[in-house]
Amino acid sequence: MTIAEKILARTSGLQSVSPGQIVDAYPDLVMSHTATWRSVSVMEKAGAKKLYDPDRIAIVLDHIAPAKTEKNAADQQKSRNFARQYGIKKFYDIDAGIAHLVLMEAGHVAPGDLIVGTDSHCTIYGSLGALGTGIGYTEVTSVWITGKLWMKVPETVRIQLNGNFAKNVYAKDLMLHLIGKLGADGCTYESVEFYGDMVSGLSVSERMTMTNLAMEMGVKCAFVPPDAKTKEYLAGRLTSRKYEEIRSDPDAKFSREIAVDLGKLEPMVACPHEVENTKVIGEVVGTQIDQVFLGSCANAKYEDLVVAADILKGKKIHPNVRFIITPGSKEIMLAAIKSGVLSTLIESGGTLTNPGCGACAGDGGILADGEVCLSTANRNFLGRMGSSKAEIYLCSPATMAASAIRGVISDPREL
Amino acid sequence: MENVIRGRAYKFGDNINSDIIIPGRYLIYIEPEKLAEHAFEVLGADVPKKLRSYDIFVAGRNFGCGSAREQAATAIIGLGVKAVIASSFARTFYRNAINSGLPIIECPSLHEAVREDDQIEIDIARGVIQCSSKQYAFPKFPDSVRKLLELGGLAEYLKQSVST
Repeated sequence: MTIAEKILARTSGLQSVSPGQIVDAYPDLVMSHTATWRSVSVMEKAGAKKLYDPDRIAIVLDHIAPAKTEKNAADQQKSRNFARQYGIKKFYDIDAGIAHLVLMEAGHVAPGDLIVGTDSHCTIYGSLGALGTGIGYTEVTSVWITGKLWMKVPETVRIQLNGNFAKNVYAKDLMLHLIGKLGADGCTYESVEFYGDMVSGLSVSERMTMTNLAMEMGVKCAFVPPDAKTKEYLAGRLTSRKYEEIRSDPDAKFSREIAVDLGKLEPMVACPHEVENTKVIGEVVGTQIDQVFLGSCANAKYEDLVVAADILKGKKIHPNVRFIITPGSKEIMLAAIKSGVLSTLIESGGTLTNPGCGACAGDGGILADGEVCLSTANRNFLGRMGSSKAEIYLCSPATMAASAIRGVISDPREL
Repeated sequence: MENVIRGRAYKFGDNINSDIIIPGRYLIYIEPEKLAEHAFEVLGADVPKKLRSYDIFVAGRNFGCGSAREQAATAIIGLGVKAVIASSFARTFYRNAINSGLPIIECPSLHEAVREDDQIEIDIARGVIQCSSKQYAFPKFPDSVRKLLELGGLAEYLKQSVST
């Protein structure tokens, strides 16, 4: 069996499963973010009073945080009250950061886990070998109460990565390349597993970018098989329980294999207004930008901030550019304060916001008509960051930093 | 859900993402009516009003891609749309639509043939769409999905299962 098949078999109490089969699975964790109050409302309307297992519930207030309006405040209050009333221990308030990063840092995600949540980018949990996938808020309520949900066992695609990245080419560029090649529905409903000699050398941070961006080709879930790097990341974080490193069997059936020659990859940019609209950097160099955003669950991890800081050290960004820095989590922000990385970014001309989803989800950093933002996030959809007459381009932190200096989209290899 | 759904079709292209269906800034609402006021508004200020005069959406590939926001389905229901037919759906939208009681039908052959304002008839029980005197077959809903759609969605199902 593949990783997804093994996880779905275990969580549905079956010896084995095969693609297309529908199972009743019991997730190890159900995550809800700012949407939590909506799930609470559904629970109230249903008249339910009992949860299946409060310890399988995690709540992180990350989108629109701190509250911007009285309505936000009341909605957050409803989520907090629910967490208190039902004794939800895995509750993280507006100071914590983006749910995905917070839960992995806190040791709530282990290889082999099944995690569902109110966010499409739950696929990111596959960076630690867990099956993460997005569901709606009503379904979250249903899992809170019943402990289970129906799931279809997906086909699994094997992505073989050959060679190694050239300098200034990152996991983000790989994923934009793949999304451009396969399309926004290139892997719809499928599971994806990444293999290749270089994968064992990839940091968990880069693996997070890969499994996060995999969502943009429609996957149900994505995995980097757990290894020594996974163990290293989890050491000191995941202390409360043992876990098994679930990997695919040697005779696991993959629906197809896609090979990528990493050495040939160049920095990539996703152009407005779809992530699949990708171009190699050379085709968009010189495009005027008004704002750059270093944030989101795709690329606002500590390593991402370091990549940007290395390029921006001792330099100033272009006077026509606004630079918004939104660290992915409190842990990341603290590390970047201690190492001086944040000072470097702020001295270059950046402005710091609190950890969370921020501008990626249209919370602050809104664009006016005709403005262009170059962002390290994972979506560039029409109107996502404000005006529907604005444009969003997506890139790696290195490309973002190089472009901030010149005021136009620039090739990080030239700096 | 009605057994036979009839009405005027509005045609969309490929990759209609959930940010287009309902922008993130309106996710503070969950009410169908409120969401419908802003549904598809990034395509033009007059679009939400215009879409209210249609009954069935026919879209290309990957309808509902992007965010897992359940309100994408709720907003379409709020517009008074009775069904969405697409060549394919993104998985989160597919789940959310069924859980919200919005019938969604995969029928790749219809998209090219359909024209805006065409009258369409969907026979849910038979798994057949009638459009411009031609018939298009689609896979019938499994019983579990049909039950959810008939109840009007998962919230109603939960209410019933809690009270019994």
